[in-house]
Amino acid sequence: MTVTSAHPQDRVDSTPAAKAAGGKVYTPYSFWFYLPTAVIYAVLFLVPTFASFYYSLTRWSLFESKFIGLDNFVTFFQEPALVKGFTNTLIYAVVTSGSKVVLGLLLAVLLTSRIIGRGYLRSVVFFPVLVSTVGVGLLFQVLMNPERGIINGALGVLGIDGPGWLTDPKWALMSIAAVDVWKGVGLATLIYIAGIVSIPREYMEAARVDGAGSWESFRRIVLPLCKPATVTVIILSLIGGLRSFELIWAMTRGGPGFTSDVISSVIYKQYQAGFYGLSTAGNVILFVVVTAIILPLSWFLNRKEVDM
Amino acid sequence: MRFRPGASGLALLAVCSLTLAACSAGSLGSSDDAGGSGAVEITYLTTNQDQDVKEAEQLAKDFHAKNPDITVKVETRPGGTEGDNIIKTRLSTGDMVDIFNYNTGSLFNAIAPQKNLLSVNDEPWVKDLDENFKKTVTADGQVYGAPLGGFMGGAVLYSIPVYQKLGLKVPTTWAEFMANNAKIKAGDPGVAPVIQTYGETWTSQLFVLGDFHNVSAAEPDFADKYTKNEAKYATSPAAVKGFEHTQAVHDAGYENKDFASAKLPDGLKMLATGKGAHYPILSGVVANMIATYPDAAKTVGLFALPGDDASKNGLTLWTPGGLYIPKTTEGAKLDAAKKFQAFVASPDGCKSQSAAGAPTGPYAVKGCTLPDDVPQAIKDMQPYLDKPGGSSLALEFLSPVKGPSLEQITVEVGSGIRKAKDGAARYDEDVKKQAQQLGLAGW
Repeated sequence: MTVTSAHPQDRVDSTPAAKAAGGKVYTPYSFWFYLPTAVIYAVLFLVPTFASFYYSLTRWSLFESKFIGLDNFVTFFQEPALVKGFTNTLIYAVVTSGSKVVLGLLLAVLLTSRIIGRGYLRSVVFFPVLVSTVGVGLLFQVLMNPERGIINGALGVLGIDGPGWLTDPKWALMSIAAVDVWKGVGLATLIYIAGIVSIPREYMEAARVDGAGSWESFRRIVLPLCKPATVTVIILSLIGGLRSFELIWAMTRGGPGFTSDVISSVIYKQYQAGFYGLSTAGNVILFVVVTAIILPLSWFLNRKEVDM
Repeated sequence: MRFRPGASGLALLAVCSLTLAACSAGSLGSSDDAGGSGAVEITYLTTNQDQDVKEAEQLAKDFHAKNPDITVKVETRPGGTEGDNIIKTRLSTGDMVDIFNYNTGSLFNAIAPQKNLLSVNDEPWVKDLDENFKKTVTADGQVYGAPLGGFMGGAVLYSIPVYQKLGLKVPTTWAEFMANNAKIKAGDPGVAPVIQTYGETWTSQLFVLGDFHNVSAAEPDFADKYTKNEAKYATSPAAVKGFEHTQAVHDAGYENKDFASAKLPDGLKMLATGKGAHYPILSGVVANMIATYPDAAKTVGLFALPGDDASKNGLTLWTPGGLYIPKTTEGAKLDAAKKFQAFVASPDGCKSQSAAGAPTGPYAVKGCTLPDDVPQAIKDMQPYLDKPGGSSLALEFLSPVKGPSLEQITVEVGSGIRKAKDGAARYDEDVKKQAQQLGLAGW
């Protein structure tokens, strides 16, 4: 079998820019060309970032701020809602990310097979991604109403007494996670479709000649060669899950009580209450936590990819 | 590459105008109408509840009829904590409208009135204000607001037909109240003894907040000690009762079946149609209820939240909202805004408000009377107000300490997720942050 496409790795090493890099770095642009974007970047990104580090150390009422050292962080970690928020965030991120990987891959396999109306079905699975998150949340809030909602109405016809999807503390978080998966799985599917389509057909043909069944070729060819897609899906959906907020806020506002609170909703509520310094400290913590989870994970997953 | 001054100058200009626009976006809208000689248009910001908008538009209309050269444009904002944020953000960025409506009491203190609001101390109408109200819009000895709307009671609205059918008497103690509930539950399984609507979380707090008259009757210095961090909800035997009552109606199964998802309009519907007997809520919702169910003006009554001692039972009051002018209002607009404020704080203003819908309770301006056709629930407030010691202001008007999470905590206590004692302790933790934010001594 001849290899029809060059391995991407070979091309990276031979880019002209890398060759040209001698003693002095060559750049096609003059200093002035960079200035406008540099100013925008500094004003809109650098300044607020560093200002937020400062304000997280103050008691801030928007009208005035008082430096109080690390008190905000102490208060934040004593917040009873925080422990709940942390565990809920992790559960939510892992559940939605895991479901998106599994469902996305299965849907992608289905949608790359020879089925009728493939293009149409592909776009249908992607539609929820395009819809406004808050709109989806409010819609499902109505659908999941325990007494008047269509979901429990349908279950009632089958003789099942449906739970209070969003009002029962045991179900609330998982109900939101389910809606999140429905809404986000289209993106995962899209990434997987791209991954599967880029697998050279020759591998499949060779496998069939060697007598591999459909399960074998899925496990030995599609699954390993989709690894880059899996890494992308995991990282994107995990970051999305860790910082998820709109859907939860639209559906339950962290309730009933504090049972579906995540870190972002805890921070938002503190901001709403006027504890601006405290909520800024919360955001700094969220930033550190997300970095601490994603950086090692990304390094680990990408390393595996190279080993393969 | 050759440096071309034209292109980069253009880019620089674009950047500069971007940053400038970001800073001045708020004033763009008002720059076009400053030149007019006679006619002035001022913008009035109020909350987006149906009744509030109706009232604001009625006021604007009646005011315009008296002052043809001033037009008041009504703008709306969400209520609750989301609205608090909008007010604070707009004030701190100097982007506030000409005149706005906001809470009195502890929330008023949190918007730094000395710094942001125009003092109205020397206006002639201030002497006609109710003393209780005046206290709630005063900071450092300066008065800052005019009253908007009437006093509100935090009380139990009840269905008079249900009471008549079962031969019940208005309760004055908690034991009588629970006995009534038991009779309602046994008498008619189609009627929920106590309506709770946790789909809208703020409605869950009334057993706690509306009980404050009973707390201060038992412990007169509670509010003072509370501000000084010496009294706590969890450790005060009188104050913890509110949480215990919230739990008790859940434990006894007196709540409507859909309490977890029902919202305020659902609760009002149950009450107006006799599907629910008691609804602990603010009397401010009565106007809304009557707009939808006109019969409820006669079929819904009101009684104060019952406590332990029948002889000390009384009504907890919320003062009217405040009408404030920010320091950023200037020139002709300032004069117009002052005129509008004076109009609202006059008997004509009260009349205009009564025309927009049923009042929530007595007005805080001398010379204002309630119309004869006030709903029964509002009429039922009067005996408490007339009796000496029969009413007191809610805690949020006596102490600046109010935690933001009470509504979530009472939802948990009223849904059986958390026990009363635990909920009270959690609320004590919650108010700590607020007290520290305000920089109170002793926290």
